[in-house]
Amino acid sequence: MTSQKPSPAKPGPTPPPPSHRREDEDDEVLGKAYDQRIVERTWIFVHPYRIHLLWSLALMVCIAIGNLAGPYLIKIAIDDAIANSNLSLLAVAAIGYVAASLLVWVATYGQSYIMSWVGQTVLFSMRRELFMHLQRLSFNFYDRMEAGRIMSRMTGDVNALNDFLTSGIVSTASDLFVLVGIVLLMFALNWKLALATMIVGPIIGLVTHLYRTRSRNLYREVRWQNSMVTAYLAENISGVRAVQAFSRENLNQDRFDGVNRENLRRLIRATTFSAGFGPIITFISTVATVLVVWFGGMLVLNGEMTLGSLWAFLAYVGRFFEPISDLSARYNSMQAAMAGGERVYALMDTPVAVQDRDDAYQLGEISGSVKFKDVIFEYVPGRPVLRGISLEATPGEVIALVGHTGAGKSSIINILLRFYDIKDGSITIDGHDIRAVTMASLRRQVGLVLQEPFLFSGTIRDNIRYGKLEANDDEVIAAARAVNLHDFIIGLPLGYDTEVNERGASLSQGQKQLISFARALIADPRILILDEATASVDTATEKLIQYGLDTLMRGRTSFVIAHRLSTIKAASQILVMRQGLIIERGTHDELLTQEGYYYNLHRMQFREGGGNDDHAPVDETASVSLPHV
Amino acid sequence: MAILLRLLRFAYKYRLFTLIGYLCLIGTIILNLVQPLIFRQVIDVGIGERNTTALMEMAFAIVVVNVVSSFCGFGMSYCNEYVSQRVAYDIRNDLYDHLQRLSFAYHDRASTGELMSRVTSDVEHSRVFVGTGVLQLVNTVILYVSILAIMLSLSWELSLVSLATLPLIGITAVQYRSRVQPMFRQVQRQWAVLTAVLQENITGVRVVKAFAREPFEVSKFKTENDAYLERNVATTRLQSLVFPMMVFISSMGTVAILWYGGLQVIEGSLSVGSLIAFNSYLMRLAGPTRQFGAIVAWVSRAIASGERLFEILDTPSPVRERSGLPARSTIDGQVTFENVVFSYGKAFAAIPGYGAVTETSAFKPIVHARDREDRTLLRGTGASPASVIQEINLEAHPNEVVALIGHTGSGKSTLTSLIPRFYDVSSGSVKVDGIDVKEYRLADLRRNVGIVMQETLLFSATVAENIAFGNVEASMTDIKRAAHAAQAYEFIRDLPEQFETKIGERGVNLSGGQRQRLAIARALLIDPRILILDDATASVDMKTEFQIQEALRELMAGRTTFIVAQRLSTITHADQILVLDHGRIVQRGTHLELITVPGPYLDIYDMQLRDQDEARDAANREIVSSPTVIK
Repeated sequence: MTSQKPSPAKPGPTPPPPSHRREDEDDEVLGKAYDQRIVERTWIFVHPYRIHLLWSLALMVCIAIGNLAGPYLIKIAIDDAIANSNLSLLAVAAIGYVAASLLVWVATYGQSYIMSWVGQTVLFSMRRELFMHLQRLSFNFYDRMEAGRIMSRMTGDVNALNDFLTSGIVSTASDLFVLVGIVLLMFALNWKLALATMIVGPIIGLVTHLYRTRSRNLYREVRWQNSMVTAYLAENISGVRAVQAFSRENLNQDRFDGVNRENLRRLIRATTFSAGFGPIITFISTVATVLVVWFGGMLVLNGEMTLGSLWAFLAYVGRFFEPISDLSARYNSMQAAMAGGERVYALMDTPVAVQDRDDAYQLGEISGSVKFKDVIFEYVPGRPVLRGISLEATPGEVIALVGHTGAGKSSIINILLRFYDIKDGSITIDGHDIRAVTMASLRRQVGLVLQEPFLFSGTIRDNIRYGKLEANDDEVIAAARAVNLHDFIIGLPLGYDTEVNERGASLSQGQKQLISFARALIADPRILILDEATASVDTATEKLIQYGLDTLMRGRTSFVIAHRLSTIKAASQILVMRQGLIIERGTHDELLTQEGYYYNLHRMQFREGGGNDDHAPVDETASVSLPHV
Repeated sequence: MAILLRLLRFAYKYRLFTLIGYLCLIGTIILNLVQPLIFRQVIDVGIGERNTTALMEMAFAIVVVNVVSSFCGFGMSYCNEYVSQRVAYDIRNDLYDHLQRLSFAYHDRASTGELMSRVTSDVEHSRVFVGTGVLQLVNTVILYVSILAIMLSLSWELSLVSLATLPLIGITAVQYRSRVQPMFRQVQRQWAVLTAVLQENITGVRVVKAFAREPFEVSKFKTENDAYLERNVATTRLQSLVFPMMVFISSMGTVAILWYGGLQVIEGSLSVGSLIAFNSYLMRLAGPTRQFGAIVAWVSRAIASGERLFEILDTPSPVRERSGLPARSTIDGQVTFENVVFSYGKAFAAIPGYGAVTETSAFKPIVHARDREDRTLLRGTGASPASVIQEINLEAHPNEVVALIGHTGSGKSTLTSLIPRFYDVSSGSVKVDGIDVKEYRLADLRRNVGIVMQETLLFSATVAENIAFGNVEASMTDIKRAAHAAQAYEFIRDLPEQFETKIGERGVNLSGGQRQRLAIARALLIDPRILILDDATASVDMKTEFQIQEALRELMAGRTTFIVAQRLSTITHADQILVLDHGRIVQRGTHLELITVPGPYLDIYDMQLRDQDEARDAANREIVSSPTVIK
């Protein structure tokens, strides 16, 4: 966890072929996959606990011995003790039975405790592994995958493996062990009868095999549909405000009902299918019982077998099918586990598009010079959004990016922070190519303030401290003061300990943005990016934080995206962007004299200012205040 | 118990299937019980009396019994699965329906991850109870009773001996239940916390990455994951101890029978066949006894989960529609606020369990999240000062434009959200066309109020579907017209599949400005009489903002419009400007009126526009006089 080296999340030597499917596709593709692979993959997680497994197996042997000893002791009691009126032998048998039961209890306790511990611990490490992988995955993954679907992998699918782990592995082993034990005992009691019983074996094998393939596919569909339900829920619960505002409740209910109903339909189809399995096994077991009764009865009549032996044999036949029907009962969850495991590992194997090179080094303290050289970038192959961008920012400089929505301003920020990798060209900071240094060391020195502030649930203090985890209270307060938030915070009943939740609801958008300013400020980055950051702060507040912002920007290389030209007049360089190209660059005055695109923008802003009377020009003061140069 | 009954009530709808399932169950049980009797015949008659015909008959009987029992077995598990899945489906539907109707006040405090965990995990646990749990309970009880009855008929003395273990098993079960139920509650609670952490991490991934906080997030997740592991292991540990213990106790019955029955056989008062049959019945109790532990666990778990489900279902939305309200499809658009006071605290207090802490309620208003034990669905924030809005009076005539301006947190957005009744006022009234908004059906009211919120929520669907969000019947022509009006047409045309382009969950692949324009188009498409623009153009570029405003001006004509704005420039033409400060209207008037009197508006004007005037003049001078002169 401390290792920042994002090697692909493959713990140990795994052979899984890297999936070439896109993450969002493998939800839909229900292609064939060999169970073996999933079991092997799971084994890697279980591997560290193999000693526990051995213990568990040993205990299982004890349980099996204890369980199997029962009927045998009763046989002794009936055939030898009771028939011969041997009281002391009867006492021995009874005490033996108590001892066997006690052994079963203690061993079962130990065994199931160990196994559930192993199972839960394995799930724990799977969740951790997945979570860590999610942290490494770059934005193009998140662009495609909805939160709800990721959630469903992390919760539903991982939990589907639970049964497999806690009961599956060991119970299967135990069942097999019991089977072998019973077979041996049956042969010991009467090999002819045993042989007759074994006839049903191949039939069971065949039925099981036929069932397995079909059932697997059905459960895979179930899990897929299940993730659709989760995704729908996640999106519509978090978007509930829009739902209510547009009175969509009834329609959405219908939609949800559709997704939910499909889930139900698939589930019922899958369970109907597997519900048939148990009875079939029962029926086969009947055939065996009849064989024993018929053939065994004959043997007893012929004097080749004692009555007690026949009784014991019948008991063993019953127990012989117990593990088999256990296996069938576990079938549902085993199938679900296989289907879930497949999806879990698909997520775990999702390649990380943007990752540190093997030889990536820590970016040391930087001064903040940024250089883009002929940068070409595309989100979707074949549709470049930046088509040859070159720019240079010296430390402390303020670079303003101007242009229409969609011109590529935010993309410049995304690639500067290396949220995405560029296709061609290079980006260097203090001469270091950003792909040569670790992402963590790069991002730690770049502060980003987004247009829509996102706060985490926790206290205001926690949220500010997110920028610098080791910050003490004084630092937090200083940061809050700098953005003029302190007075507001201490005005709250709980001050800095006020809880902010998910969306920071009950704080205004502007207040949330101020918290995110403080968060960026406390991180003390060398390079600062303000992406339309003050759009939601009113002008009065903006004035208030101007001083703080000036402080924040002083001595830092700043990239400012703003729609309002007035806010960026003071920038040392204004880059005018259009369709992925920088079409003009220079200071405000220089650009005006060029009479180009910027000039027109500028003119338009003043000419069309609000469109009403002359006294109401539309342009106004600093959306983002800048140090006056 | 009440919770269990409520869960079972969901199954009542499918009583026919339930009945068939239980009949099949009874069939299976009876047939299972018949088997030892057949075996006794085999031994006593077939073997004891060397009667081979009887032996054959018995063998045939076993086949018949088992074939029938197989069919019953299938019928049982099918019906059972069917009913339980239907129940889960119904509960999920109910939950979702209820959740989306709960007012904003509720959603302000509940976290998505937490709610998700309830709709998924808790529903699943309830389902297992309704399905397998009850079935096994019935099965076990019937088995126990009938086995006991048969045993009594075979030998009452032996039966009494073997019954001795029963009270012990009962005591164990009761003890176990009382200990495991709170543990399950904790497990479910912790699971919700884990889900919430995960959910937040995924939605906030941008911030996480920007601050390179991945290790921190991992450790945060690890803490909750650890706690979940710990609680789960504690629960299963108890389970591991108790289940086999019950089996042990029950097998002591076998020992007693072996000893006591053996003596009787020796004395000659019992046949060997009877002893064997008796013993095999007794051994058949081992299975149900083992099941019994599991049943207790299912029940406890269902109670813990059911509590969490009903907590949601029982939460009345503070914003409730009175029944029997007349339909009002069209309105004129007159909006009146009379002495309106609103505070979030009041709104939350209306949610049971939030305001008042009751002993039975799992809700507690939690202020410190650190106390993880008490993390519940709703988290108090206390972030809001007592009253957000105080004594607001205002009157907007149809087709008027009302602008709201004021500091961050002064109550502008809150005020507008009272019009579509996202929250209920604490006192006073909000009226539309002179009728209190509470007297409208919510759908009628909201269909006439178009709102463009600060935070743009788009859904994973196509662009066209997102625009038609509030009016799914809209034709493509209407959608295009709305897109035009919102100045969104141009960028939509440039998208790979134009109006059919799928956009991500939160419109990730669109820029803020683009998303906002879609939201505007969405609001316009429902052709509302009242339009609320809550800082709607904050993140679009200048040119687009003008275009939108140009378009809006047309659209605002014939609609009552409320504009929340940070910038005076966007509101100078309003019929009324209200300046808000700390939830009060401190100034009102038109732009021209307000700039003549000293006050907050003039201050803002000085801050924003006066500079601008000069700047503009200067710029104009530059541009007009000599564009080429500089340098």
